[in-house]
Amino acid sequence: MTKMENPIAFSRRAVMKGGGALVVSLGMPMGMNTLLAINSALAQDTRPPLKPDQLSTYIAVNADGTVTGFFGKMDMGQGLATAVSQMIAEELDVPVKAVKLIMADTALTINQGGAASSNGVQAGGKQMAAAAAEARRVLIEMAATKLNIPADQLTVSDGVISAKADASKKATYAELIGGRYFNVELAWNKAIGNGLYAPGQAKVKKPSEYKIVGTSVKRTDVAPKAFAQEGFVTDVKRPGMLHARMIRPPVAGSVPVKVDEASLKGIPGAKVVWDQGFLAVAADKEWDAVKASRALKVEWSNVTPAFPDEKALYDHIRKAPVRKREVDAKSKSGDVDEAFKTAARVIEAEYEWPFQSHACMGPGCAVVEIKDDQVTVWTGSQKTHYVRDGVAATLEMPPENVRAIWVTGPGSYGRSDADDAAMDAAVIAKATGRPVRVQYTREQGTGWDPKGPASVHKVRAAVDASGKVVAYDFASKGFSRVEVNSNGSKPHDTLAGQLRGAALKPLDNFRVPEESYAFDHKRMAWETIAPPLDRASPLRTSHLRDPVGPQIHFASESFMDEVATALNVDPIELRLRHVKSSRDIDLIKAVKEKSGWQTRPSPQKDQTGNKVTGRGMAYAQRSGTRVAIVAEVDIDRSSGKIWARKFTVAHDCGLIINPTNLKQTIEGNVVQGISRTLWEETHFDNKAVTSIDWLTYPILDITETPEAIDVVLINRPETPPSGAGEPTIRVVAAAIANAIFDATGVRIRRVPLTPDRVKAALA
Amino acid sequence: MTEKFSLNVNGKTQTVEADPDMPLLYALRNDLGLNNPQFGCGLAQCGACTVHMDGNAVRSCITPISAVGDAKVVTMSGLGTPEKPHPLQAAYVEEEVTQCGYCINGWVMTGAAFLNKTKKPTDAQIKEALTGLKCRCGTHMSIMRAMKRAATMMG
Repeated sequence: MTKMENPIAFSRRAVMKGGGALVVSLGMPMGMNTLLAINSALAQDTRPPLKPDQLSTYIAVNADGTVTGFFGKMDMGQGLATAVSQMIAEELDVPVKAVKLIMADTALTINQGGAASSNGVQAGGKQMAAAAAEARRVLIEMAATKLNIPADQLTVSDGVISAKADASKKATYAELIGGRYFNVELAWNKAIGNGLYAPGQAKVKKPSEYKIVGTSVKRTDVAPKAFAQEGFVTDVKRPGMLHARMIRPPVAGSVPVKVDEASLKGIPGAKVVWDQGFLAVAADKEWDAVKASRALKVEWSNVTPAFPDEKALYDHIRKAPVRKREVDAKSKSGDVDEAFKTAARVIEAEYEWPFQSHACMGPGCAVVEIKDDQVTVWTGSQKTHYVRDGVAATLEMPPENVRAIWVTGPGSYGRSDADDAAMDAAVIAKATGRPVRVQYTREQGTGWDPKGPASVHKVRAAVDASGKVVAYDFASKGFSRVEVNSNGSKPHDTLAGQLRGAALKPLDNFRVPEESYAFDHKRMAWETIAPPLDRASPLRTSHLRDPVGPQIHFASESFMDEVATALNVDPIELRLRHVKSSRDIDLIKAVKEKSGWQTRPSPQKDQTGNKVTGRGMAYAQRSGTRVAIVAEVDIDRSSGKIWARKFTVAHDCGLIINPTNLKQTIEGNVVQGISRTLWEETHFDNKAVTSIDWLTYPILDITETPEAIDVVLINRPETPPSGAGEPTIRVVAAAIANAIFDATGVRIRRVPLTPDRVKAALA
Repeated sequence: MTEKFSLNVNGKTQTVEADPDMPLLYALRNDLGLNNPQFGCGLAQCGACTVHMDGNAVRSCITPISAVGDAKVVTMSGLGTPEKPHPLQAAYVEEEVTQCGYCINGWVMTGAAFLNKTKKPTDAQIKEALTGLKCRCGTHMSIMRAMKRAATMMG
């Protein structure tokens, strides 16, 4: 829980009450609500305190009639701001271009969880739509009073409320409240972060009434980027600002024992900030900070190298003691162990997935300024409110004294290195008494970000004498997905905290596949193992886009194909025998039809020569969204090179807000998914991570991108929208591996499917 | 240590005092206040720092300021404006290409330099011209659409 009770805000609120302002309560007579809303609406320059149960926390009508949405999440580039603006505009009956969103500034927005679990529309948009609907209701009540016409005889268009019977009788939103704030209480569910929901009395519109939701409104954030008019977090400059660079140890776990400041002699203004394991250099000029980071002579402590042999990583995982085991209760059915004892046939396989890096386009960067007891942080983290809390804890200050402002960063994809950069900047700003901009090196960006965990997945199926799959047993074992938490609100979850004495407090969590396969006996479980190092590890794990989704579904959906082959059944046919959700059945049929799928078992048996092609499918759910995908893949047998040439995606995330944005979000998932499947693997030796740049951590190149990604959007207007930012990435790897098998008859069960690995497998 | 360098950037000549080995990127971002080229790797592996020098796309993160000489440097903000966009910038807006957008200098400046010299390119030529550039968000499909749209606009 984030600390909400801001003492400054509270005292202001007390003054307001003392001044006679009243809070409009739910359930009061409408006319009274209206009068109070008018009388107590506040001037724009004195916004009421940010409280989750106040309409003014989410929506304001400006003096010119435009609408400001205060959104406690942010658009990481997939068009969320446009989608949420559409939802607000729809409920308020204003043009989309009249809506301006302010995102994830802790002084201006409530904590709605930041970017998380693809729920920007699902949770964040839902709240903003509910608030906008309530604002419209209150405005109509105000107009009813002003025009002396009953509310049900009024209509709204483009921010103008008019009498249905006589359009000349009208009042604009601007006239009614423009420039003042709503004073309307919402029914807050007492949750902060992703779970926050605070509707008013108003009901949101029915899908049949939508005019703006469901249309491909153009994003307004592209032009400022294309014309270099928008600043990134890297572009924030403050008067008197120092540039800083972090110094990381050559051997993970070692700390500086001697730092030779004289080695910086001759570099103007170069300074060292050293606190236990924390070591940084800073200078007035950025190039001098870079030079200082290269020149600084450091003697490091001798430590025993902590990492396992990378070649034996998966054996390490198999053999490591289990920290925590969990069997998924929701999907459990029957008696799996008993069913396997009597099976006519057992099919089993194991799959392996490596550590992977966020490898953001730019390494982590943040700016921190401390003025007296007030701190400002500029961060690209997708968890701004938690960065505020983390910086406050790092500086041992109350969160109320810290303002964190989200500024577009160089990508994110989960718990990247952005949060660590903010804490590092805070430590250096405090030590130097100057505003500080920290930017990591590429080596640190790829080498030291929290990693997606490596894992092993063991799957088996029991088949009866008739050829029916009667039991299914899925078990993952790997590093936890949250050795450091998905946000940096606690020092022990940040490098700065760990380097200054706070040992890692790893959480144990993983996931199980999400699908609707029914088997008489079904069990899905996971086990976690200990991190190799108790603090400041470049292999510490945390959320990487669709946390553990790609690895789990690589295993589960590869395995479904293995079962289909064992039973000599078409892979789609096998899935349709077992999926129980009608939405899943529609989805799989849609991808089958659109891709021109030929019903037959895999593999093909009639291909000869060096170049062969195959097709593979995979399907999964994610928090309500469903995706089915078909990959068509070309394989060069002599080089082992894969070209994932064409994809067909069927996607069902309920109500669609913006089809073009959705389609491009799905495309991005597919492309990043191919990259993670074919290329991405964090290498390490026993001392350090050795994947530290784009040569040692390659990602997909444009010459390798598909020639086509066909997307079938299944719109379900009556089903509330669920997320799209991550679901598709989880099905890509299995579809590619299944296509390789279809083409070659060779099953590859370890990612990435690099040319060397494919060539070796085909040999 | 430091020397004075006269740089022609986006049509203006300005003087920067710096170490001769300081990459051009730092001069553009910090001394001339042009935030468009970004630091992505410092290794010429990603393209985020790309600018034009005499019409050629170069990686400013590894170009020492002393090597610029009297070359005409153009950054993305000098390539075009909303009122007078380069066709590729217009195509980017039309195709809604970017996600985070941090990579955009590489793709737009490299793509623009290529399209300025190559009429009616094939898909394979476009991909070859852009190979090596990084986009972590995976917007490659829309980058290709924008390149083809711009190529059509440029005849």
